[in-house]
Amino acid sequence: MTELEEYAQRIESLARRLGLDYYPVDFELAPASLMTEIAVYGLPVRMPHWSFGVRYIHQLVRQSMGHSKIFEVMFPGDPCRAFLMDGNSLAENTLVTAHVLGHADFAKNNQLFARFHAMAGGNIVEMAAAHAHRIQLAIESHGVERVESVLDAALALESHINIEGELHRSRYAEFVAPSERPAENPFQSRFRRLPGIEEPKAAKPGMVRAPIPPHPEYDLLWFIANYAPELEEWERDIFLMVRAESFYFYPVFACQIMNEGWASYWHARLLREAEFLPQPLYLSAIKAHSDVVRPFASGQQTALAINPYHLGFTIWERIVEKHGLERAREVRRDEDDFGFIRNWLDEELAGEAGLFVYEARPGDEIRVATKDINAIREAILAPKFNFGAPRVAAVELKHDGSVTLAHDHPSDGRGLDVTRAKRVLDYVHRVWHRPVRLLTVNERNEAVELTA
Amino acid sequence: MTIRIAAETPWYDLFSRGARDWLRHNEKVRDAVKESLPELLANSDLMTRPGNRTVAVPVKFLEHSRLRLADAQVHQGAGQGKGEPGDILQPGREEGDAQGSQGGTGEGEIRFVVELKVDEIVDWLWEELKLPELKPKRTATMDQNEYVREGWDKRGARSRLDRRRTMKEAVKRHAIQAPAVNEEPISLVNDDLRFRQLVRRPSPATSAAVIFALDVSGSMDEAQRRLAKQFFFFALQGIRRQYAKVETVFLAHAAQAWEFDESQFFQASSSGGTVTSTVARLALEVMGSRYDPSRYNVYFFYASDGENAAEDRDEARTALAEIAAQVNYTGYCETGGVATFRPRDTQLAEIFTELKGSGLAVGTSHIASQDDVWKAIREFFTQQAASD
Repeated sequence: MTELEEYAQRIESLARRLGLDYYPVDFELAPASLMTEIAVYGLPVRMPHWSFGVRYIHQLVRQSMGHSKIFEVMFPGDPCRAFLMDGNSLAENTLVTAHVLGHADFAKNNQLFARFHAMAGGNIVEMAAAHAHRIQLAIESHGVERVESVLDAALALESHINIEGELHRSRYAEFVAPSERPAENPFQSRFRRLPGIEEPKAAKPGMVRAPIPPHPEYDLLWFIANYAPELEEWERDIFLMVRAESFYFYPVFACQIMNEGWASYWHARLLREAEFLPQPLYLSAIKAHSDVVRPFASGQQTALAINPYHLGFTIWERIVEKHGLERAREVRRDEDDFGFIRNWLDEELAGEAGLFVYEARPGDEIRVATKDINAIREAILAPKFNFGAPRVAAVELKHDGSVTLAHDHPSDGRGLDVTRAKRVLDYVHRVWHRPVRLLTVNERNEAVELTA
Repeated sequence: MTIRIAAETPWYDLFSRGARDWLRHNEKVRDAVKESLPELLANSDLMTRPGNRTVAVPVKFLEHSRLRLADAQVHQGAGQGKGEPGDILQPGREEGDAQGSQGGTGEGEIRFVVELKVDEIVDWLWEELKLPELKPKRTATMDQNEYVREGWDKRGARSRLDRRRTMKEAVKRHAIQAPAVNEEPISLVNDDLRFRQLVRRPSPATSAAVIFALDVSGSMDEAQRRLAKQFFFFALQGIRRQYAKVETVFLAHAAQAWEFDESQFFQASSSGGTVTSTVARLALEVMGSRYDPSRYNVYFFYASDGENAAEDRDEARTALAEIAAQVNYTGYCETGGVATFRPRDTQLAEIFTELKGSGLAVGTSHIASQDDVWKAIREFFTQQAASD
């Protein structure tokens, strides 16, 4: 048994003693190259697409500049799959093992994660690999260009799922009950009373074809998969695969601060209570911990971003300190980052951590705008609304197969980036094959209609 | 709990999905570059660099677009650290250093360079334009002698010793002379030596000289010169496909003519009037001294807006006719304004049309826009192939 395995085992029994509750974790030491790819693709084996290649190069550049070190990645499931980097020191990997157990506890108990687990099962790694394989088969039989144009559209709309909705949902009801006959106006009732006017025959009782979609549909991937007029079965499959992966990514995205904070809280605590660790190893592990949870880069006084590890860690420590571990476990079960930040980041904590809202005008200076707690909360949460994407819904599918998408600009506060929106519309058009329209507003708040 | 290590899954190191997708991205970039190729090529200085014939095109990464909100006028974000409302965290950019801060580390700013082989580009263009291959001029005087290998001899210069053949002879001799002692190492005797022999053979000339003449008088503006350059570039590439050795001459003229090297050629400008005969005379001089048309396949290309000094007409005609009679092909390309605004042909267009009419290998074309460059190129190569 290696030293790491020995420590890992003892940390695990300590974790169980302290009440961490998780599915088994399958640890794997992976080379740096695989870790890089996991960071880029989000999953160890994922579908090919050229856009990942761009991210891959960016990631390599960042790593070569020392900006980005990947310690671990954990995929929730049953069992959880954790990848540790084989180049980490023993101290780092001991810390990371404890960290992963914190994530594992979070993933089993948080309601958002649990919901995905219930809908899709606990084998996202295998599922994504199977998707990648199916896409490879599609490339072999339909050619890379065709598959790519489907993926261009599907991945561009990756975040456009209905996060409250179900992973598996059926098509809209095809017919609806006819609406009540509208009440008669005085003229009609007088007309009907005239002699010689027959009672009109009641409209054929029956059903009326429902409009598609019956309500604005925000689950665009699902909508395209189900209602695109000329989609091949394999193309539809690709949309649904991308959609399933998005459902997996959502809890990770929406609980990042909580989840990283929770894992950091637990790795700190587990190491503190792990008396079996030799002093020097504990010291280097705790050094690695403070590197991870520090708010700014070394030598800096301020940061124009929030380190989720630090923020989450600080909030969780406060919750445990003031309300006890049991309450903390309830919070971990019930909240996502929205609730976590709004309910648990208070003025006192924000003041201690030195949080602020800054404003940057193009080409102009960046200045601290306010330290108001509500403004801070909203600034932290703003990039997280609606899976980080603008609210765009399919609103009308016409008989000729043309579709209209509408941007809910009142709730987003401003219009879309029109250049990019046009390109996305082009991607969609290539799989929809019929006219596609998108309604939004420009910077002067005038209605804009994009077509492809 | 078990911890597996990567040695149990050795395939991790065997391939890289990231690199695969990166290569696919590059392929797409290449395709995109191809589409704007003529424009890109016209801007790079690569006509006379036969050694390193690649074009390096700086490109941005392709962006896979997503729907996103338009940029807010004021960007707000959450930060952390020392600071009170109103404190300046980052000073505004001065006008002066706006340039310096461009090279930041933002994601969009990493650029890379796509290197394309000119030969590949030209092959691709030829395929695209369905252009015929050129043929060298076949006249008796063009032939030059060439030594070719033919046969072997027992005597010869040491440098032409054919070792393989010599060894074969030795083995044969050995096999006959000493069949019983095969184990012995084979020794060579003088009789085994074989030398390659050379004989003279006449062969058609495979070198070409291309003379580019450009009107740089005041009436030729920047855009016209660029069109001329593009035409010249592709004409040259086409000729290079055919000949092993191509030499170039760059002549520019206004009221006088000069020879330039390529780097200065397209920058040259003059405010003088236009006297075409000067450049024609200079071209004849160059041909006389360096590129004898009986030994070289000479191509003469001339770009001008067509307006020559009226009093130069006869002299220009004579000189140009003399050139046209000697070279493989004369291409005249007129740049500038749309032809319909011209009530009649320009003086030079008239001269060249006349020369063409008299049965000489002359082509004329009018280039007003990018598309015309392709038309002109196609016309030139089709005519040239037909005239063989």
